[in-house]
Amino acid sequence: MNNCLLCGVGGQGTVLASRIIASAFMEKGLFARTAETIGMAQRGGSVVSHVRVGKTVPSPMIPPGKADLIIAFEPSEAVRNLSFLRKDGTVVLCDRPIYAVMSSLSGEKYDARESVAYIKSTIERCYAISGDEVERTFGFMKVLNVVLLGASAGSGALGLTRAELEAAVVKKVKPEFLEMNKRALAFGFESIGG
Amino acid sequence: MKELLMGNEAVALGALAAGVSVVSGYPGTPSTEVIETVAKRNDGSVYVEWSVNEKAALEVAAGASYAGARSMVTMKQVGLNVASDPLMCVNYIGVKGGMIVYVADDPGPISSQTEQDTRHFAKYAKIPVFDCSSPEEAYELVGKAFDFSEKYETPVILRSTTRVCHSCASIEVSESFKPKPAEGFIKDGKWVIFPRLSYLNKIKLEKRETELKDVFSSFTLNEIKGKGKIGIACGGICFSYVADAIAGNEDKFTIFKVATPYPFPERLAEKFISRVDKIIVFEELDPVIEDSLIYLLGKKGMSFEIRGKRTGDVPCAGELSAKIIGDILSEKYGTMTVFENSSFSSRYNSGSVSNLGSDLQSNSNSNSNSNSNSNFNFNSDSKADLHSSFPPKPPARPPVLCAGCPHRASFYAVKKAMAGKKAVFCGDIGCYTLGNAAPLNMVDTCLCMGAGITVAQGIGRADDSSVNFAFVGDSTFFASGMTGIVNAIYNKSNMVLVVLDNSTTAMTGHQPHPGMGITVMGDVTQAVDIEKILRAMGAEFVRTANPFDYETAVAVIKEAADKKGFRAVIFKAPCAAIVKSKKSLFVKKNDCIGCLKCIRELGCPALSVKDGKAMIDRDLCVGCGLCSRICPKKCIGEEAIDE
Repeated sequence: MNNCLLCGVGGQGTVLASRIIASAFMEKGLFARTAETIGMAQRGGSVVSHVRVGKTVPSPMIPPGKADLIIAFEPSEAVRNLSFLRKDGTVVLCDRPIYAVMSSLSGEKYDARESVAYIKSTIERCYAISGDEVERTFGFMKVLNVVLLGASAGSGALGLTRAELEAAVVKKVKPEFLEMNKRALAFGFESIGG
Repeated sequence: MKELLMGNEAVALGALAAGVSVVSGYPGTPSTEVIETVAKRNDGSVYVEWSVNEKAALEVAAGASYAGARSMVTMKQVGLNVASDPLMCVNYIGVKGGMIVYVADDPGPISSQTEQDTRHFAKYAKIPVFDCSSPEEAYELVGKAFDFSEKYETPVILRSTTRVCHSCASIEVSESFKPKPAEGFIKDGKWVIFPRLSYLNKIKLEKRETELKDVFSSFTLNEIKGKGKIGIACGGICFSYVADAIAGNEDKFTIFKVATPYPFPERLAEKFISRVDKIIVFEELDPVIEDSLIYLLGKKGMSFEIRGKRTGDVPCAGELSAKIIGDILSEKYGTMTVFENSSFSSRYNSGSVSNLGSDLQSNSNSNSNSNSNSNFNFNSDSKADLHSSFPPKPPARPPVLCAGCPHRASFYAVKKAMAGKKAVFCGDIGCYTLGNAAPLNMVDTCLCMGAGITVAQGIGRADDSSVNFAFVGDSTFFASGMTGIVNAIYNKSNMVLVVLDNSTTAMTGHQPHPGMGITVMGDVTQAVDIEKILRAMGAEFVRTANPFDYETAVAVIKEAADKKGFRAVIFKAPCAAIVKSKKSLFVKKNDCIGCLKCIRELGCPALSVKDGKAMIDRDLCVGCGLCSRICPKKCIGEEAIDE
């Protein structure tokens, strides 16, 4: 994996996830760049994080069609950003929708099942995590970022072993949430047969 | 040690490594993290402050530098306008200890009022400017900029842009830092600006410009790379986009990277021109490098076509990207197809987050999805086909006020209190600018920091038949609101000031301000009381209310609106993002009649429609209770009855 795009809605924890990936690759001696949406644009809006790793990395932004992996925290955000994916790229997504209040107002219909079905039908390597199951298991969705990282490692597309990823998680999350995040990583990793 | 550092963190650590001892600034995206990092990473030996505004910050830094310390002041590009008064004088006076003015520009713009280009400001002020192309280069440039500043006894500008400020890179950083000792202020006539001194110093400034053009021609970070016949001149983040765009075709190009746009390294530019057959310039914001090349050619009497923004080949507004640059190169020079479309056409995303910025402008139109491509005919009435080969249209997600945001409650109370009456709502800079969006529609004007207060006065002078409101946040109140208030009281303006006091500088990420009783280092200090300030200024009608106490909030506004003269209402409730949230609320589905008043009137992101009824997202709701208060069926409560 050289280029990984994370996408979702402001507040879902994409920034921490991208930093975890970058620092895991730095541990392997590679150069890493990330670019994230920060500031006013993130208030409930669509957010993306770019992670690029390699011996050298020119720019922090992944050009369209160059992402090896898209980690989508929300189904419609996966659709919105699909043009970043390269041919034969992988998509790991959470199937739970976040409804947009603005589209509720305008009467725009959003059915997340359509987005998931579309991606599954167009992307050969697509792995979906059940948001409901994450919530049932952990009681809330705050762990989704680490669940998705675990799933991405499990899919093989992330290019990190479970141990490498876990070491980076340990370094980046607060000690009081460590056990929960380890469980979240295991949950993600195992739920797609990794 | 190698660290993953954001550009702004790199600037902070670079300054610490270079021996900075005084750092000041005012928050503003994308510059804010520099001060925060200096505060976090320093053992107390470096003085750091959030100043009340950029002018104050720059003057603090200048004073420190007069006394021999290395100083740095940080701000966003429009903050430089506030600081321009001292900047346009300290350039003439000069400095002793190295002084860096760090300014973050915002192409897009993503989180700013304008696409102002600080490189122009540098040229206007005759101050050298260093332009960062990456976080690691920013780290390196800080030390060099300090050295230049001291050697030439001038403040220097270090400029970066959002994609440098907010992207991270692995950077080798120095473990130790030690502030350079300052010898203290030494009295000398040179520190007093007078016409005669300014005349003499202007001559020095002009001489220095000529000298630095040569010096910068051999500056290591200005470079010519490659041997191709197509010349690309670029600077800042565009240097990295160009590298991505020409990957695999490097032999066709010669790159001229400009790290010092002013004074322009002319000798190096001449060398570049002599090596290539044609030139195109890629830079964001204004055509600064492009114009410098055109100027140089004119000066030398040379004829050479420079392509760029002036020729319409490069977009004159908005961010550039590797794809935009690759497409332009392919079209102009037929060299390659850089980014073949993947099998999924770019229907919803032009490949840039800056779309989010344009959402800010378009979010009053809730039907528009600025990410969508107008060429794509999406029929929203078509029966959902779960295996359609057309991608389903993603919902529009412009930024909105957070769930539980006290600004929503404040705007709603004012809106209800003024229903049916003629009123103008002047907004200001902060999270509350988002009050312009549907369904609140409570921001009729927004200009620059503090302007709402004085714009409201001007509107009243032209037409006194409306009640003119000005909304101002607490941090903005201190930064540049107070002079406008004195103006209103002194000139007997009729207006209602509404201070939205959420006890933080929210939009930029919760920085402390003078009203909070705490400094950037976490030290307790005196809290400056907004209500007392208003009264001391002479305001007679001053009321403080909790905006979530809906009935009181509406009553206070009604009372204020019925009076004449200057009236002030302080709506005080902490930012939803810094208080521990209460329990999420639930909609009792059986009782909900689907009137959707909560959604139509509040537009809270925790609310949405499901099966024709209101639904609350448990992860977003913080239990502020505003929706339960306005629900006509009282069916929003704390118990999940039928979930």
